[in-house]
Amino acid sequence: MARKKATRKKGSDKGESAARSARPFWSGTLTFGLVSVPVDLYPGNRTNRAPLRMLSPEGEPLARRYYSEKSGDDLKDDEMVRGFELEKDRYVIVTDEELERLAPEQSRDIDLRRFAPLEDISPLFFDRSYFLAPSEGSEKAYRLLAQTMEKQKLAGLATFVMRGKEYLVAIFPENGILRAETMRFVDEIRSPKEIGLPEKKKVSAATVKKFERLVAKHSVRHLPFKDLKDQQTEKLLKLVEKKRKQNKDIVEVEVPEREEGKVVDLMAALKKSLAGKRRAA
Amino acid sequence: MAARAIWKGDLKLDSTRVPVKLYSAVQDRTVRFHILEEKSKTRVKQHMIEPDSGKEITSDEIQKGFEVEPGTFVILKEEELQKLEPEPSREIEIAQFVSPTEIPPEYFDRPYYLGPDGNESAYFALAEALQKKDREGVAHWVMRKQPYVGALRAEDDHLMLFTLRNAEEVLSAKDLPRPSGRAPDKKELAMATQLVELLKGEFDPKEFKDEYRERVMEFVEKKAKGHKPRLHLVKAKKKTTSLDKVLSKSLEALKKQKKAA
Repeated sequence: MARKKATRKKGSDKGESAARSARPFWSGTLTFGLVSVPVDLYPGNRTNRAPLRMLSPEGEPLARRYYSEKSGDDLKDDEMVRGFELEKDRYVIVTDEELERLAPEQSRDIDLRRFAPLEDISPLFFDRSYFLAPSEGSEKAYRLLAQTMEKQKLAGLATFVMRGKEYLVAIFPENGILRAETMRFVDEIRSPKEIGLPEKKKVSAATVKKFERLVAKHSVRHLPFKDLKDQQTEKLLKLVEKKRKQNKDIVEVEVPEREEGKVVDLMAALKKSLAGKRRAA
Repeated sequence: MAARAIWKGDLKLDSTRVPVKLYSAVQDRTVRFHILEEKSKTRVKQHMIEPDSGKEITSDEIQKGFEVEPGTFVILKEEELQKLEPEPSREIEIAQFVSPTEIPPEYFDRPYYLGPDGNESAYFALAEALQKKDREGVAHWVMRKQPYVGALRAEDDHLMLFTLRNAEEVLSAKDLPRPSGRAPDKKELAMATQLVELLKGEFDPKEFKDEYRERVMEFVEKKAKGHKPRLHLVKAKKKTTSLDKVLSKSLEALKKQKKAA
């Protein structure tokens, strides 16, 4: 059964693709008091540097498709819906529009309703990192907020709905730029009691002293950041280079035009946006 | 209900060992949906196909390749990838200790509780020592064929182990230019500082609830009973006015609120 290749040729000329790649992940409004600061959100983490592609025996890059278990046919996006399972095989269908409407306007604003010292937040809460950049001429209010927080060493706390999910965030300045760290809600964190960890027993002062000496002996001023280098990927890239030089196991295939905006130079997009040049690009 | 340990190992400091069990500290509560085929309302499955022919490629036929340039792949065989895997080990090596503020928030990935696996007194003594010295350990270990760098911390009486992200995965604000635009003036700064002061407090995680999750669940339940709850359209945003006007208005409103409370 031959299927037609999906043709996705949006914005094929170079200029447009560059503008698309500078697109933020999400745009919204940061508020404190009645002040609102329109912002663009960019991911602050890069995922896996060396993703391996799945290929056919002939070396053709593969695509993931949903198919119906019933008929065996591949399904297009508009042939699928989202369902909440009430019990086995009984679902409530929920549409994108309904999910959209379940988030009232004010819930989409990042309303900083509490400011607290960043150091007081346990890393247990931290999930993912994003950067906020000013947009729509909000540079002044943005700088005002960042400068005020930087002086007092505070993080602003808020909840907001983005793409069908509510997030708790801590927003704090770093080098004049606002970082947004998404956090887990308190009911998403288990307690030692829930896990069934034993409660603390009295321990001998001598044992504590022994560990204190070990801690002191190996204490260093700074985190050895070089330890955080991704050595697994280094190894993989070395192997790839070696095989390439030996011309071993190389396949070349004709690649169809990629979906634009997929390969994003995050750093470049952010830099543009912080320099206020995004629209001019 | 007690949780099940996901891994076991020994914390190792020099020649001292503390046997521990590892437990996930988080529980995702996002409302989960399944993707269904609209026509039959049955679950869908995923498979890999060759986009040109539409032919299904089964998992035993799939090869893995690294794209060195568009359309050129270096095939990596299963045994080659296996050779890259680190040696399996049950040791969590603690080589250094740093101040708890040394590791920036963006490096923290997943948190785990450690529980004692035998020697309880060593476990609690280590937690107490970390607290007294106000330090956290930098840990290295291999778990499920993956090498990890992590932070060993005491949270109250118990030990926790956090996996840390690789340096390559984290973007630093230091590499970014400071935002452009006019610098705020003194008056604006003073008002903004006052505003922040009024909202300053402790971080109380119970203050923040996932209301959207609750709303979605409520909606799903109503719909399950055959009701069709009405939902409002989302309105567009209003425009902003001058910065210092909004600042002074916010201050007034907040002060009133505080008085009333």
